[in-house]
Formats: sequence, C-alpha cells, structure tokens
Amino acid sequence: MKETKYKLTLCDGTACIQNQSKVLHQALEAELDKHGLRQSVSIHLSGCLGICQKGPVLIVNPGYIMYGRVQVEDIPEIVESHLVRNKAVTRLIITEDHLYNRFFRIFGDVDFFGKQMRICLRNCGVIDPENIDDYLSLRGYEALAKALESMTPEEVIAEVKKSGLRGRGGAGFPTGLKWEFTAKQTADDKYVICNADEGDPGAFMDRSAIEGDPHTVLEGMIIAGYAIGAKKGIIYIRAEYPLAIERLEKAIAAAREHGILGANVLGSDFSFDIEIRLGAGAFVCGEETALIHSIEGHRGMPRPRPPYPSVKGLFGKPTLINNVETWASIPVILLDGGKWFSTVGTETSKGTKVFALAGKVHNTGLVEVPMGTTLREIIYDIGGGIPNGKTFKAVQTGGPSGGCLPAKYLDTQIDYESLAKAGSIMGSGGMIVIDEDSCMVGLAKFFIEFTQDESCGKCTPCREGTKRMYEILTRITEGKGQPGDIEKLERLGEMIKRSSLCGLGQSAPNPVLSTIKNFREEYEEHIHSKKCRAGQCAAMLSYTVNVKCVGCGACKRICPVGAVEGTRKEKHLILQDKCIRCGQCYEVCKFDAITKA
Amino acid sequence: MTELAQDKMAVLHEFIAEAAAKEYAESYLIAVLHKAQELFGYLPRQVMDEVAEALQIPTAHIWGVATFYHYFNLEPIGKHVISVCMGTACYVKGATKILDVLKKELGVQIGQTTEDRLFTLQEARCLGACGIAPVIMIDDKIYGELDAKKTVEVINQIRKAEGDGQK
Repeated sequence: MKETKYKLTLCDGTACIQNQSKVLHQALEAELDKHGLRQSVSIHLSGCLGICQKGPVLIVNPGYIMYGRVQVEDIPEIVESHLVRNKAVTRLIITEDHLYNRFFRIFGDVDFFGKQMRICLRNCGVIDPENIDDYLSLRGYEALAKALESMTPEEVIAEVKKSGLRGRGGAGFPTGLKWEFTAKQTADDKYVICNADEGDPGAFMDRSAIEGDPHTVLEGMIIAGYAIGAKKGIIYIRAEYPLAIERLEKAIAAAREHGILGANVLGSDFSFDIEIRLGAGAFVCGEETALIHSIEGHRGMPRPRPPYPSVKGLFGKPTLINNVETWASIPVILLDGGKWFSTVGTETSKGTKVFALAGKVHNTGLVEVPMGTTLREIIYDIGGGIPNGKTFKAVQTGGPSGGCLPAKYLDTQIDYESLAKAGSIMGSGGMIVIDEDSCMVGLAKFFIEFTQDESCGKCTPCREGTKRMYEILTRITEGKGQPGDIEKLERLGEMIKRSSLCGLGQSAPNPVLSTIKNFREEYEEHIHSKKCRAGQCAAMLSYTVNVKCVGCGACKRICPVGAVEGTRKEKHLILQDKCIRCGQCYEVCKFDAITKA
Repeated sequence: MTELAQDKMAVLHEFIAEAAAKEYAESYLIAVLHKAQELFGYLPRQVMDEVAEALQIPTAHIWGVATFYHYFNLEPIGKHVISVCMGTACYVKGATKILDVLKKELGVQIGQTTEDRLFTLQEARCLGACGIAPVIMIDDKIYGELDAKKTVEVINQIRKAEGDGQK
C-alpha cells in the first residue's frame, strides 16, 4: 500500500453541509479516482471548524492550506493543481484576518507560544522556505502587488509612518521617517540595503528569520525600492550563515523567475533587483557607515554622521538601510494596515520584537512578543524559568552594547524607552538569562574583551579606552584588583561613551557600567576580599582533595587533563599546576571529598 | 607554483574577470578574497599579489582589508577547523572551559594549528546555535551541549577516523 501523501479535512458541520459539503465529498472521491490518487490521499470529515461564513471549508495537510467557499467546479482544479502538482490554488485560500493568525492555528496550543505574537516570524515553521509557491499561498508578495497597483510611493511611506514601526537593529529610529528622508533626495541612483550582519554574540534572530522565510525580507525591500525610487537592493549578510545565504540565493532566483525581481516587477514599470554581499566577520560592520564601507570593498570603518546614508550612502548615493526584522514587518503593515500595526505594543514602541532567548533558561529559542510584554513574562512564562533549581541573577539584553538587569527590573516592560531607563537597551534582540553561577565581573570582562577586539581602531577613546578597561577588569578577576579600580572604570566608561565616533564605542562600556551599578558588591568582593561568589574566577579558586576521599578514582577518570593522581583505595591528589579548574571532579565526587575554595 | 595551485588560480582569475566587468568592480574585493580562501584554504601572499594586479588595487589595501576581517586566514590551516563559539550564551554555559580543554588536548593556542596539521583551533563570535550552548563547530558540523568530556570524545573520534583512514 502506498503511503498517504495528503490528508484532506472536509468540514462536515451543519453550515457547510448546507453549502453542499456532501456533494464536494463525492466529487472529491470521483476526482481522486480519476487521477489514481485514492491510495495516497485520505479524506476526513471534521466537525464544525467555526468559520462557517467561509464554508464549505476544505483543509489540505501537510501545509495547513485552508480553502473556503469551495464549489464542486473547483474540485478538479484543487486535485490537479494541489494534489498532483503540489501547487496550492491561491484564489481559493481563505484570507486570514491577520497574517500572523496562521502560525497560531497550527502551533498555538503549545505553552511556549502562548504569549507570543508572530508578525515577523509568521511564516517560519509554517511554509517551506525554499518554495516560493508556499510563500505566495500565504498572501506572499500581495503587499507588493497592492503597493504597485493601488498606492503611490508617498502613500506607501505614509502607511509605514502610520504604523509607528521603529528600526529593529537596535537604535529604534522611526522607519517611516528614514524612508521619507531617502525618498526626498534626488539622485540618479539610490540603494536599499538589508543589514543582516548579525554580529551580536548570543543573537540569532536574523539568521532564523531568513532561514525560515527569506521571501518576506525580499518583499519588504522591493516595496521600499518602489517607495523611495531605488532600483537596486543589497543584502549584506554574515559569511558565517551558509544556510541563510543559500536560502536567500534560492529565493532571489525564484523571485526573478516569477517576475517579482528584475525588469518590470509584476508587469509594472518599476524595476528592482537584489544582490547578496558577504561580510567577513567584523562586528563593527553592523554600524551603517561601516557596513557601507565594507560593501564598497574597504575595511569596515565608520565615519562621522552627518551626512547620513539617506543623503550620502553607498557609492555616494542616497541609501536606505534597515535590519532584517524591520523588512519582515513591512508586508504585514501594508496588508493589515499601519493603523492595525500601531494598535500592537506600547505608546512609543509599536508592533512586536523578536528575541533570541538563551542562557540559563529552560526553553531557549526565538520568541516574538508584542512590545510591552514584561521581562518576567518572557523568562518565566515563555522561557519556563531557570533550570536546575538555581536562582535568577540577571538578564542581559542588547549584547555588547547593552546592560545586565537584576531581579528588581523583571517587571520592566519591553520597549525602547523602558529598557533604556532601566539601564539597558533593546538592541537587536539578544536576551541572555544569567543565574547565580555566573560572575558579573567576569561577564563584564567578557563583553569588553569582545568590544576591544572588535573596535576598528579609528578613534582613540574606543581603541585605547576599551583596552584599559579590559586590563583593569582582568586584574580584578585575577585577584589583583586595587582600591579605586571601580571608580576608574566608571570614569573611563563615561568618557568613552561621550567621545567615541560610532555606536560601537558609545555603547561599549554599557555592560561594565550596568554591572557596576547593579552588582557593585561583587566588584568590591573581588577587589577587597579576593572572593568570587559565583566561583567562576579561577584565580580565586582551587580544588583540593580532603580526608573524605575513599580512592574510588571517579575524579581521576573524569579529569580531562590528567591532573588527578593516586592509587585505588588511597587518597588522591590534585596537581595544582595541571588543574584547569573545570570543576568536573567536584561534580562527579559522590563522597563530598573535593573542596572548592 | 604547483600545477594544482595554478588550476585554482585560473578559477580565481575567472571569478575576478566576472567581478571586474561589473559596475563598481573594486567593491567586489571582499567577494574575491572569499573566493580565494574557498580555493586555497587561506590567503597566501602570492595570491593577494595576483588579486592586486588583476583588480588594479594596491596590495597594501588588500592586505589592510584581509587583516581587518576575522574571517580571513593568513596562515595555512589544518585539515579540520575547530571553532569554539564564544558568544554570550555559550560563555554563560561554560565555553571558556571547553576552550581550555581543547587548548590542552591539542597543545595549541587560539589561531594555531597542531603539528600534525590535523586541527586548527579558532574562536568564533557566535555560531547562532545559542539554544544548544555551549557549542563548537568542526568544519561545517555543529556539536552542541558540550562538556569537557564530550569535547575530548569528539576530538578522539576524529583522530580515530583519520588514523583508520591512513592505515
């Protein structure tokens, strides 16, 4: 017997029966017989689906394609096109109230998704990202068609402005305004750039969004091209994301084939094409002027603004740069309306934000929530709290540009202003949960090590200042901290923030300053008592075998570096010069015979 | 230059010719360097000289670009490249330990290659697999939820496979 390839569900509720669903059933069976598909397609009758107004309703799985108002005459087309050729019949698909609904129709009953609202990620997990037909069947490129057919460029910009959308890359500049500035410039060439240089460690929103739904990014960019009068788009993406690049390449090729990219987009007199450029591993290239230099083939170093890229950008032409998530929001805004979009979120921050939830939390992964959701809701309701019975210590948002917020800020609402007020930033969406096992001084050092390494070296405060901060933090974690070090860090940090050229330097001290502000006592313990309460700073830590040792050899076997010596049934010994203080012996010992101090 | 290297150079020249025909040709420098690294595994000085000649860009500029970006290797690399993710999520979950274990096990520092030319140890900024931290990537494969023991096992597996292959 052949495997079932498709599962059809036909609504058998009263209203649909009224609308002749029984006749449809017979017609379906007949049509399946005709194509010899009876073995590979199964038909199920369901109770009322509750969408009676659109009846009779037919659902095709996999794919959860829902056809409404199906007539007997439509059956041959559905069977021939969808079941034989695997092309959904777009004209019959029920148009959802809002685009994000479909995701929840399929996955909504899982706890993890309960408080989420997926606008940017609406298609991730729902469609096959390598199949343009899948995207088309969920109203893909309809927003573009709408813009080209019935809206002037000014109207498109007005709609984006009305939505209140702000840049999702981190700074939160109003998107509509940015579009307007670029549109107003007169030039022979203009460019649209998608910033997919997701360099923030601990963040993978852009990667996942592109891997799951590359077409929505393309659609957003094409719409912007129309709105500002650009003919060329460039996606600047990290070379470290091979799958995302491959999917984008496929999506661009498919869009060209369908007349969505290239000359005369969708038969209009507007032409637009998109090219991919690879980054090469430089965090600073997320800064827009540095990114432009990188595309031009130079070292990715920022320059002072103004002039802003909207006036003088790539190759000296007016350029519109937005982040992946911003682009993914555009089609929804055009289809569901800027007014609707602005009803989601808070007073100053509209819509949803995607976060990469990671670190010491049960459910790690991508979450998209309406602005205004609290940190507690994300970490505990969606994230499921802290594993292994440990205590929450801090949440880090905004990556190397952001800060660490302790428990008292858990009820902070997520929006650009509230997070800034609490001492962190929205950033691009990294959210790392930290428990009691992490040393805050060590974490601050980790971030400053990152930024000082990624500093492009152009301006002195950032190049030299972050290095000095790193040195001070290093000596503190090595147990050589001096009184006055905390004040030195604060003074240096403020100075670097005020005097650096670009966003990297201006925000680099944030992780240090915010940990000093919220966890000052840990810094003091390190300096004055030479103590690391998290037991993480190896220099202040040693493992020794105590009298309880029975010589079972468990520690000797697990030690990855052979630092444990001893014969069976005799007390073992840890060689301090070999020991890397990984703590595995401590964890494996059943006799409490290893002392950590 | 060996025959094999000449073949690779020919492929690279073809790629450069394509780029050179486009508008703003010099902006394709990074793409050309990506291609060169894909072919040679790193960016040999001689290759950079040839790129400079072909694109009519000073070698100094190319050197500046190549050294600016982390992705480009200026030294030959080992057969397998181990990238230890040092992103925040991995850091919080003990990436430094994994790195220490690898340094000891392989006897190299970050950026170095083992004497048998089997492994090159590198740090990665973030591999975007934060959900299964801590992770390392060996060549194109991600190994997640690691601890010191598992890390050593992974290395030994590869060593064994390589050893078997040589017999």
